[in-house]
Amino acid sequence: MKNGLRGLSVAEVFERAQGGDRRAIGRLLSIAERGGPDGLALGELAHPQIGKAHVVGITGAPGAGKSTLTGRLAATLTASGRNVAVLAIDPSSPVTGGAILGDRIRMDVLNYGTGTFIRSMATRGQGGGLAVAVPAAIRVLDAVGFDIVIVETVGVGQIEVDIAGTADTTAIVVTPGWGDAVQANKAGLLELADVFVVNKADRPGATDSRRDLELMLDLSDTSQWRPEITLTIGTDDDVATNGVDNLIAELARHRTFLEGEGRLAERRRRRAQHELRVRAGDSLLSRLAKHLQSESGAAIVDAMATGQTTPSAALAALLDEL
Amino acid sequence: MSDASDAGATGDEKPFRVVLAKLGLDGHDRGLKVVARMLRDGGLEVIYLGLRQTTEQVIAAVEQEDADAIGISMLNGGHLALSKKMIDALNDADVGVPLIVGGIVPEGDVEKLQELGVAAILGPGSSSEDCVQAVREAVAASA
Ligand SMILES: Nc1nc2c(ncn2[C@@H]2O[C@H](COP(=O)(O)OP(=O)(O)O)[C@@H](O)[C@H]2O)c(=O)[nH]1
Repeated sequence: MKNGLRGLSVAEVFERAQGGDRRAIGRLLSIAERGGPDGLALGELAHPQIGKAHVVGITGAPGAGKSTLTGRLAATLTASGRNVAVLAIDPSSPVTGGAILGDRIRMDVLNYGTGTFIRSMATRGQGGGLAVAVPAAIRVLDAVGFDIVIVETVGVGQIEVDIAGTADTTAIVVTPGWGDAVQANKAGLLELADVFVVNKADRPGATDSRRDLELMLDLSDTSQWRPEITLTIGTDDDVATNGVDNLIAELARHRTFLEGEGRLAERRRRRAQHELRVRAGDSLLSRLAKHLQSESGAAIVDAMATGQTTPSAALAALLDEL
Repeated sequence: MSDASDAGATGDEKPFRVVLAKLGLDGHDRGLKVVARMLRDGGLEVIYLGLRQTTEQVIAAVEQEDADAIGISMLNGGHLALSKKMIDALNDADVGVPLIVGGIVPEGDVEKLQELGVAAILGPGSSSEDCVQAVREAVAASA
């Protein structure tokens, strides 16, 4: 074991984490990510303490400036006295399982020494794993007392979109130029968005992008909530011009909106349903895989392979046995 | 129910996590990027801090990222001083994470670095396997 946490139980590490020990928080996130019996114990400890944090998802195309903006947002929030954690998610290599997690480069400069907690997380393979690990990590950060948890993901695949959906408030980052907004629309990101950000507003075309987004919003149902489109310059350190304060105000406005009429509860209910569905799928799949290896499972496979039973009959038999 | 996992339903071994940084004030990160790619290709998770890092920044990253090892590259000629600074900082903070040093280290300094507590030294010609192997051994030895 490493670094001063040697020999501590999960409960002891949890206690330290609640006291603000960064190393303990870091360790808890690994436990949450890995799962197993320790993950289960951690889930039990964290669960009664959750529900206070505002979970903000930030997503968009690669290169849109998400890390830069997230770093800036986190630093600005921290400076105003908020207790902020960032979860920066990057893809693992599907071939080797390795990953290069480079988000700290853009965030550290602003946040080192300020108290913002930054954790990089790799997707570690496709499927439900991430959709389970990310909510578990969010619960840990919530339970140990962060009041804002920012989850940054690349909005490309369905999984990333799902992850963004685990937030209370999801912000989509686009950049000036038509392509990006259209791309975002195609990827189904627009429906997901509670908050729109046009980053790189120092570039030409930012106001055109805003107008395009407004047009898209005009075509959607905004009777309950209409996002304001915020222009930001993530690379600008002047709060008077970088638009980050507007973004913070918009995030807060959405949080207030959610708190009205039980919307937050409804959103969390949907999230719970989603997470449960993913986990049920995972759990069933692994039981299925195991059963197919067993004698009776193999018999069903053989019967189907040799044409004795139809695939539908084989499926029915398999489900019966599970 | 047989499934007792709270996260990561695969049950795979967790990949090692390595914080990779360059200490000191010099300018380019080509070498560091090559190492990052080699480690990724070897199945490791690399938390890439890049250039001009301080020992304090490295330690903050190691804590928050719960890293298993630290890979440091540094200015030619600065190995002894910077390695000592890093090792001292790790000891002061009670961070028992192994330190691997990369770069051109003169023959005569290898032993000195080892005496300081550097877990492994990787020269410029190191292969992907060398790098991954060095991390695995260093983590195993510190366990
Ligand atoms: N001009 C300009 N460049 C920006 C802005 N925000 C980020 N960038 C740059 O865009 C590039 C990609 O940024 P990054 O944060 O890594 O994007 P990500 O891939 O979405 O996380 C970097 O070179 C940033 O410096 C901005 O507001 N204006």
